[in-house]
Amino acid sequence: MNQFIEWISQPWPWYVAGPMIGLTVPALLILGNKAFGISSSLRHICAACVPAGIPFFTYNWKKEIWNLLFVLGTAIGGFIAINFLGNPDTIVISEATQADLKALGLTNFSDLMPEEIFSWDTAFTGKGILFFVIGGFLVGFGTRYAGGCTSGHAIMGISSLQWPSLVATIFFMAGGFFMTHVLLAPLMKLVGF
Amino acid sequence: MDSIADPNCVAPNSSQTKDKGLALLKYVLIGTLFGIVFVKAEIISWFRIQEMFRLQSFHMFGVIGSAIVTGIISIQLIKRLNIKSIQGEAIIIPTKEFKKGQVIGGFIFGLGWAITGACPGPLFAQIGSGYTVVLVALVAALAGTWIYGRFEKYFPN
Repeated sequence: MNQFIEWISQPWPWYVAGPMIGLTVPALLILGNKAFGISSSLRHICAACVPAGIPFFTYNWKKEIWNLLFVLGTAIGGFIAINFLGNPDTIVISEATQADLKALGLTNFSDLMPEEIFSWDTAFTGKGILFFVIGGFLVGFGTRYAGGCTSGHAIMGISSLQWPSLVATIFFMAGGFFMTHVLLAPLMKLVGF
Repeated sequence: MDSIADPNCVAPNSSQTKDKGLALLKYVLIGTLFGIVFVKAEIISWFRIQEMFRLQSFHMFGVIGSAIVTGIISIQLIKRLNIKSIQGEAIIIPTKEFKKGQVIGGFIFGLGWAITGACPGPLFAQIGSGYTVVLVALVAALAGTWIYGRFEKYFPN
């Protein structure tokens, strides 16, 4: 039992995490005939809270309540994992990434998130505007325009062998590479790193 | 109109049977397991996403790749063995039509993914993990979704 607890509190390797995430696909299909996809929850929240007569948000979102319960569960899972199954050691980030990020002005690599960014102190400064307001906006706008995110396209879509989802995934990665290698450094400089 | 005819919705509910009361709890439970994996495999970490986009670690590629392989095998089994849902319905896998949005919107999402270090799933897991400032990113993501919906007809698709 102690060994099990020790194992479960270590970071899980990709070959455990990946298949578990992949199993979400048949779990949702078999338990409820539901297609896996998370960004839809954002649309349902808009439809529930601010439909404003917009056709895109005028539909029976209550039928999709399962999707909102799923993301509620995801938040609960985050709470359980961090509080009860937490990794006792500090995160191990690749040396090369640490060197690159040091050059961008980050200094602390001991937590899951860079503390220079992820705190309420920065939320309403230039840093917060870049990392949360602009970043979050692009995630919400882009996923809806693309008709899905990593779960709906990269996992559910490619798993069901649909080429439009492969195209979407390629462009997710292209956008990420472009931001990381071209835009991130000047943008971080601009907000005071 | 009981269903979303719009193919933009990638997670449609194909079930004919209505889940009620406690039956809905199973979605909370699957989501919870999913959230635990996100934290335990450090998928919610902003640093892990940076490692991925800098090609300096195999971890995230391994996670996404093995998730896809597991998904492909599962769906093939469901199709070939004609497995039904527990409600006894034939399982429906929605078709995704190609649209320009998958290119333009996909690229825009990628830009945001590299800034926030989170796609929509990890956003929720980060908030649950106590990084409450990510609520700002969630509200911004809702604003982005709303703006897309409001001005949908003006974007090439």
